[in-house]
Amino acid sequence: MNTRVLAACLLLAAGPACAGVIVIRGATVHTLGPAGTLAAATVILRDGRIEQVGRDLAIPDGAAVVEAAGKEVTPGLFDAYGRLGIEEVDLVEETVDSGAKGLPYSAAFSVAEAIDPRSVRLAVNRSEGITSAVVAPEAVPDATGIAPVIAGQAALLHLGTAAEPQVSTPAGFVFTYGEAGAENSGGARGMALLRLRELLDDARDYARNRAAFEAGARRDYAATRVDLEALQPLLAGRVPLLIEAQRASDILAALRVAGNYGLRSVIIGGAEAWRVADQLAHEDVPVIFDPFDNLPAAFESLDATLANAARLHAAGVAVAFVTSAHYNPRNVRQLAGNAVAHGLPYAAALAAITAVPARTFGAAATTGTLEPGRRADLVIWSGDPLETSSFAEQVFIGGELMPAQNRQTLLRERYRRLGGPLPPGYTKPPR
Amino acid sequence: MTPNPLPAIALVTLLGCGLFSGCATQASRAPAAVTRAPGVAAPAPYPSTYRPLPATDTLIRNATVLTGTGARLDAADVLLAAGRIAAVGTSLVAPAGVVVVDGSGKWVTPGIIDVHSHLGVYPSPGVRAHSDGNEMTAPNTAEVWAEHSVWPQDPGFAAALAGGVTSMMILPGSANLIGGRSVTLRNVPARTVQEMKFPGAPYGVKMACGENPKRVYGEGRKTAPATRMGNMAGYRAAFIEARRYLDEQDRYERERARKPDAVPPERDLRSETLAGVLTGGILVHNHCYRADEMAQMLDLAHEFGFRITAFHHAVEAYKIADLLARENTCAAMWADWWGFKMEAFDGIRENIALVEAASACAIVHSDSEIGIQRLNQEAGKALAAGQRMGLALGPEQAITWLTRNPARAIGVLEQTGTLEPGKRADVVLWNRDPFSVYARAERVYVDGALVWDLADPARQPVSDFALGTTEAGGGR
Repeated sequence: MNTRVLAACLLLAAGPACAGVIVIRGATVHTLGPAGTLAAATVILRDGRIEQVGRDLAIPDGAAVVEAAGKEVTPGLFDAYGRLGIEEVDLVEETVDSGAKGLPYSAAFSVAEAIDPRSVRLAVNRSEGITSAVVAPEAVPDATGIAPVIAGQAALLHLGTAAEPQVSTPAGFVFTYGEAGAENSGGARGMALLRLRELLDDARDYARNRAAFEAGARRDYAATRVDLEALQPLLAGRVPLLIEAQRASDILAALRVAGNYGLRSVIIGGAEAWRVADQLAHEDVPVIFDPFDNLPAAFESLDATLANAARLHAAGVAVAFVTSAHYNPRNVRQLAGNAVAHGLPYAAALAAITAVPARTFGAAATTGTLEPGRRADLVIWSGDPLETSSFAEQVFIGGELMPAQNRQTLLRERYRRLGGPLPPGYTKPPR
Repeated sequence: MTPNPLPAIALVTLLGCGLFSGCATQASRAPAAVTRAPGVAAPAPYPSTYRPLPATDTLIRNATVLTGTGARLDAADVLLAAGRIAAVGTSLVAPAGVVVVDGSGKWVTPGIIDVHSHLGVYPSPGVRAHSDGNEMTAPNTAEVWAEHSVWPQDPGFAAALAGGVTSMMILPGSANLIGGRSVTLRNVPARTVQEMKFPGAPYGVKMACGENPKRVYGEGRKTAPATRMGNMAGYRAAFIEARRYLDEQDRYERERARKPDAVPPERDLRSETLAGVLTGGILVHNHCYRADEMAQMLDLAHEFGFRITAFHHAVEAYKIADLLARENTCAAMWADWWGFKMEAFDGIRENIALVEAASACAIVHSDSEIGIQRLNQEAGKALAAGQRMGLALGPEQAITWLTRNPARAIGVLEQTGTLEPGKRADVVLWNRDPFSVYARAERVYVDGALVWDLADPARQPVSDFALGTTEAGGGR
């Protein structure tokens, strides 16, 4: 492989300088698109995009060639619902920007501006294959235990190395339902749905009567002006309501309300989603969840099972996977592998960590599959991407080779050999 | 912090175990003896009533066998007879009446042992009424025993069984400097915890370093300890008290030799546990993340003349793997947990492999009702990370992180943890290389009894709680 060209690109750390043409040759390529999986295939990247994927393609002149026989290539992986960039250490509060407490704002709250593209956590996960992330807010109860019924806006983050993060927001609005949602609304599920309906009614009324509102000629609303304004893309069906719910009946109840307002919905969690799989399929509602959740962790998830993914898929529901641990989205491929071991077809498992989340968040035209014209977000794996023994050898985002080095690899190298003449503190990367 | 909508790992980490747990094991020749009670020697209270389930002699043929002693045997047979490992080798002759299981293409390992679990003390469902893992009322609660909290109907036990777990140590949480006694269980369905207690297993005591005790007491209650130095002062005060208690016992014994009616000192459960540590019968399991804190704890042990069997959650063990090897202290670790709290910020994937490479005792533990279901995969990830950095490791080493080394740390290595003739027949038959993400435990044997069979729902236990609340099977 032409490591020098790639290394040069990396050192220059400038997209355009490496943009040129990169060819990945000989790998098994999982396109997740209509072409399916191709053996001994060639992927041609030009100017940060995928130009061609196929067998026996001619190598353009001057291309940097990565010989990848025996390797496997997938689209870059998604963290479909997490906190990359807004949470560095869970229990160090000052590094966490997922939610605020005690203020009246809700839907207008966006996590996007707080994202730090230089986050250590982000870099570690990126070098293990995560190239896109949905960054979600959380509803934080105030001193009285009440939290906003809509936690705020999720953002879609592109994990390139640019100093200014590439984020699109809103990617969705978070509505926490079920046991936690009930708790956030004083202790009853019905109260959470009541507050949601009131908020949506007000947002709709506000949109039709902005002038009257500004003139002080409208009734009081349950939310601030900025929140009501922020909700308009949700009411217009442009972005989904992200419904955190586990119990089958909770899923249906929340979907009923969302349906009454013409909203697009996504279920987050969905431990018992398999029980209402037909309804979810009928309404084209995707489910984003951790397929490891198989215990009755709460009364709302009594019917949690490892068969959730396979059953939902069999019923025609789009499934995407997310790790419960926000610090380890890199493990989504292990989730997918386990889902395969419990009956999910391999292609659907790969899609659950690439194409499905891309489609769910409106990014299918950009990323999530390896098709001509898509951004060149892809990973070269040492073997089966879902297997414990495989690892990401090279990660490209927008055609740019991402750094393999991160804080964890530096620590490993520092402590690789103990007992040297000088303390480990002198072992560091060359400047 | 609000509950995570995706309950399992994160929630457990934050509310239950990850933050409030900790442990350590000891690699001593641990006598089964408990602590000395004052007065006449009484039988150990709360005795095990465990009885092996009915077993049929079984010969597993032509499998890849990882013995747990560091060996890998291809196309080998394993004979289970009378509840014990009878033979391991090639072309074993099937005794009359033995059930023969074809192991072609399959793998056999010792039963997995989790040295760090809160099953039963933080059971599912995780409602407040079930929160029995942390006696968060004082920084030293050495008087509490985890077995008095274990709910045998936790559906997590059966799910762990489906992952090949045959024994586990249940620990109190890590809110306290000294959290109480652990208990080692056989993973069999039972009505009482006594029916699960591993016969002859020594007690452990849970101690915790670092952030948790100082957060719970200093930050939460404005009482000691509020700092790491406060933590150390707390342990030292506890062991001074325990030493004094032992001295009083000795004084009494000497006096009683002269005066039969001598008055015994008042019994103190808290000091009894720590006195057991000082006399060697109770093994120290120490939740401790940071390298520098582990070194402090080892010095504490030297100051008071006890041993630390194992550090649990030893996220920075790789920084002092040489010291751990020298001290003969195990490190129980996760494959890739990191960064959820400050003291976990330096976690790396190669931790377990680097500890192994330093010839120290490496253990993969779960601290999670989800993680315990696939410890094999966690070891698989750790193995891959080690191989990737160039360490000469294979499955025959990785299996020791799940069986032999935790058995040693718990103090039951003479009974289980390897496939050596005479040991309890705790065995797992895997449908393929157990370190693969696709591996499933097909059959699990405890004392030679088939306690889990992937192909036979009649051999998949379901807890009382799961009965009528779910359509999911015992393995869920």
